[in-house]
Amino acid sequence: MRLHGAKVPHKKNTAESKPVKIPVSKTVVIPMSMHIGKQARVTVKKGDNVKVGTLLGEQDGFISAPVHSSVSGTVAKIDEITMSSGMKVPAVVIETDGLQQKDDAVKPPEVKDFDSFINAVKNSGIVGLGGAGFPTFVKLNVKELEKIDAVIINGAECEPYITSDTRTMLDKTDYIFKAIDAVKKYMGVKRFIIGVENNKPQCVKKLSEYSKDDSLVEVRPLPAVYPQGGEKVLVYNTMKRIIPKGGLPLDVGVIVINVTTLAFIGEYLETGMPLVEKCVTVDGSAVKEPKNVIAPIGTPISDLLESAGGLKSEPYKIIYGGPMMGISVPSGEAPVLKMTNAVIAMDKKEAVPPKTTACINCGKCLNHCPFKLDPRAIARAYKTGSGEDLEKLCVDLCMECGCCSYVCPAKRPLVQTNKLAKSMLRNYINKKKAEEEENE
Amino acid sequence: MNKLISSVSPHINSNSTTQKIMLDVVIALIPAAIASVIIFGARSLLVIGVCVAVCILSEWGFEKICKKENTISDLSAVVTGMLLAFNLPVSIPLWQAAFGSIVAIVVVKQLFGGIGQNFANPAITARIIMMTAFSGTMTSWVFPDASSSATPLALISKGQISGLPSYLNMFLGYHGGCLGETCTLALLLGGAYLLVKRVISWHTPTAFIATVVIMSFICGKDPLYQFMSGGLVIGAFFMATDYSSSPATKWGKIIFGIGCGLITVLIRFWGNFPEGVSFSILLMNILTPYIEKMTRAKPLTGGGKV
Ligand code: SF4
Ligand code: SF4
Repeated sequence: MRLHGAKVPHKKNTAESKPVKIPVSKTVVIPMSMHIGKQARVTVKKGDNVKVGTLLGEQDGFISAPVHSSVSGTVAKIDEITMSSGMKVPAVVIETDGLQQKDDAVKPPEVKDFDSFINAVKNSGIVGLGGAGFPTFVKLNVKELEKIDAVIINGAECEPYITSDTRTMLDKTDYIFKAIDAVKKYMGVKRFIIGVENNKPQCVKKLSEYSKDDSLVEVRPLPAVYPQGGEKVLVYNTMKRIIPKGGLPLDVGVIVINVTTLAFIGEYLETGMPLVEKCVTVDGSAVKEPKNVIAPIGTPISDLLESAGGLKSEPYKIIYGGPMMGISVPSGEAPVLKMTNAVIAMDKKEAVPPKTTACINCGKCLNHCPFKLDPRAIARAYKTGSGEDLEKLCVDLCMECGCCSYVCPAKRPLVQTNKLAKSMLRNYINKKKAEEEENE
Repeated sequence: MNKLISSVSPHINSNSTTQKIMLDVVIALIPAAIASVIIFGARSLLVIGVCVAVCILSEWGFEKICKKENTISDLSAVVTGMLLAFNLPVSIPLWQAAFGSIVAIVVVKQLFGGIGQNFANPAITARIIMMTAFSGTMTSWVFPDASSSATPLALISKGQISGLPSYLNMFLGYHGGCLGETCTLALLLGGAYLLVKRVISWHTPTAFIATVVIMSFICGKDPLYQFMSGGLVIGAFFMATDYSSSPATKWGKIIFGIGCGLITVLIRFWGNFPEGVSFSILLMNILTPYIEKMTRAKPLTGGGKV
C-alpha cells in the first residue's frame, strides 16, 4: 500500500543559496514560549546586560525548554506579546549593542553517559525544528532504550519553497554525523534512516558519501509527494509501521528527529553555543531576491525581508514556515522563533484566497488524504453537529497537512472545518465521559 | 506595510476548479457532437443548442427567483444540456427538448440543492421522464439519408439479425439511435481525454463495460455488438461518472459500474425495453449513498507493527 498525498509545486528557488548572516537588528524580541509545553521562566530583568548565549528563561516543569539570548545588549523590558496561536506570553525585549559578545558560560558540555547527554540536549534549548517545537530532550529521554529499533532522521523537507534543511544537509553534514555518533554511543541505537525527498539529489549524494562506511546509517531517497515529511507518513514510508491514533513514534519503536535539530545537537556538543540563531529561507512572490539567511532568534521578520533585497511588491500575507502548513502572521514585527525555518511573503495574487464554491462531490479530497479520511463527510457531519459521526470518521487523526484543501476544485476550506470539527469532537467526548461518570 | 491577510493553512491551492473540470467535459463531448452532425445532419446542432441554452437559462432563472448565487459560469448546466441532447433522437420536437432541459435543471438538480447535491443524474432522469411523457417521438429513429428506422438493439430484441449494420458502421456511428450515443469512436476519444485529464477515473467505465461484455459472452450474445450499441459507451464514460450521483470511493465506483452493467444486460436481454443503460444508472444513483457507506476507506488508525 502507498499513502496518498498531493503533488505540490516544489519552488525550491533557494536550494543553491548558501545562508548569509544578516546584520543584527536594533531590537530583538525573544518570547518565553517557542516550544510545546510550559513556557520558560524569565531569569533576567530590565536593565540587565546580556551576551550571546546568556540564559533568559529557564526550563520550567517537565515539558519545557530554556531560552537564551541571541544578541549582546541590554534588556529594555519584559513585555507580553501575542503569539500567532493567540496565546499571550512574556517576551524579553533586548536593545542590541551590535558587538555580539559571547557569554563566558558558553563552553562545550561534558558528556560521558546517557544522563549527561540528555542534560546537554536540555541545556542547549533545542526543540523540534521541523515545526512542532516539542522539546528534544523529552523525546530522547527514553526509559527503555532497547525499545528503539531505529532513529529516523527527517530530511524530507516536503513543503514548497523551504530549503533550510537542504542547507543543513549540505553545509552541516559533519555535525549530523557527529550527533549520530553521540546517539549511537549514549543511547545504543543500532539503526539510522535518513529520509530525503528525491528532489534533492545533491543532499542524497553528500549524505551517502558520509554514510558509505557506516553500516548502521542508511540514506533513503523518497518520492517527492507531499506530505512526505509528516511524522506518521515518514514512519510508514520508511519502516512500513503505522503509529496508532493518539500515539507516538516510540509506540512502534522509532524516534523521528528533524535533520536540522540533529545537526544542531552535533554542533552544540562541539561548541556549547545554545540555540540562538536560525537558518531561515526567505522567499515568496513578494520577495525580490529569495535567499537563505542566518538570523538571531527574535529578529523581526520585516528585517529578514529587508535583508533579502527587500520586497518587489506590497506583501498581502506573510507566513512562518511553508505554504501548506505555515501560520500567517499579523504583522512584520513578529519575531523569528526557534522553529522558524522559512518566512514567505506573498503578493496580492498569491495571497488572496480563491473563491469558495459548492462541493461537487468529486472525491479528490478523500482520495488524496494520507490517512484515508473523508473531509467531505467530515464537513457534512460538522454541519449537522454530530459528534458521533465525527468520532466514526476519525477527524482527530487529521494532521492538518492541507492536501485535501489544496486539491479541492471547489476550494472548500476543508482544513479549517477539520480544525473546528476536532474541537467539536473533543467537546462531545468530554461530555460523554462526564455523563458516564454521572451514571456510575 | 498594509494590513496582512491572516488565514488558516494551506496558503496555496491547486489550479483545478469546478469550471475547468466542466470545461474538460464539454471538450470531451465535442467529438461526439461533431459526429452527430455528420451522421444525423445539422438538426443535431439545433437540438444541442436548444438543450444547452434552455439549461443555462433555467439555471439562471431558478437561481434568480430563489435569490441564490448565480452559478452558470461553472459550466455544469452546459454539460447537462449537451448530455441530454445526446440522449435524444435527432427528430425530437424542439419544445420537448426544451421541456426536458427544464426538468433536468430545475426538478432534478436545483430542487435538490444545486451542483453536487442532486442524487440522480439530471440528463438521465430527464430522458426517462421524457420517454414516459413523449414515448412516440422519443423512439422514432429517423435517419436523414437512409431508411433504417430502428436501433440495432431494437432489431436484436425483435430477432431481426439480418438487418443489422456492420461492425465498422457500428463503430463509426452510422446506425439508428440517439444523436450523441451512436459514434463509439468519438465517445472513446472523449472518454480517453477525461481519463488523461483525470476528470474521471478508470474504475466506473471499466467495471460497467466489462460487466456488459462478459455477461453478453456468457449469455451467448455478440459482446462487441452489445458494447457498441445503445448508450453504453456514453453512459459508462459520461453519465455513470457524474460526481454528484455516483460514489467517490474507488471500490464504490467499481461496485457502481458492475451494478450498472448487470442491470443493463438484465433489461437488454430479458426486459421489455431494448435499452437499459439509463435505467441502470438511475437505479444505481439511488443506491449510491449505501454503496459509499459500505466502501468508505478505513482511516489509518494503526495500532501495533504491520
Ligand atoms: S475535493 Fe472539494 S469538491 Fe471534491 S468532494 Fe472534496 S470537498 Fe467536495
Ligand atoms: S483530512 Fe487532514 S490529514 Fe487528511 S488531507 Fe486533509 S488535512 Fe491532511
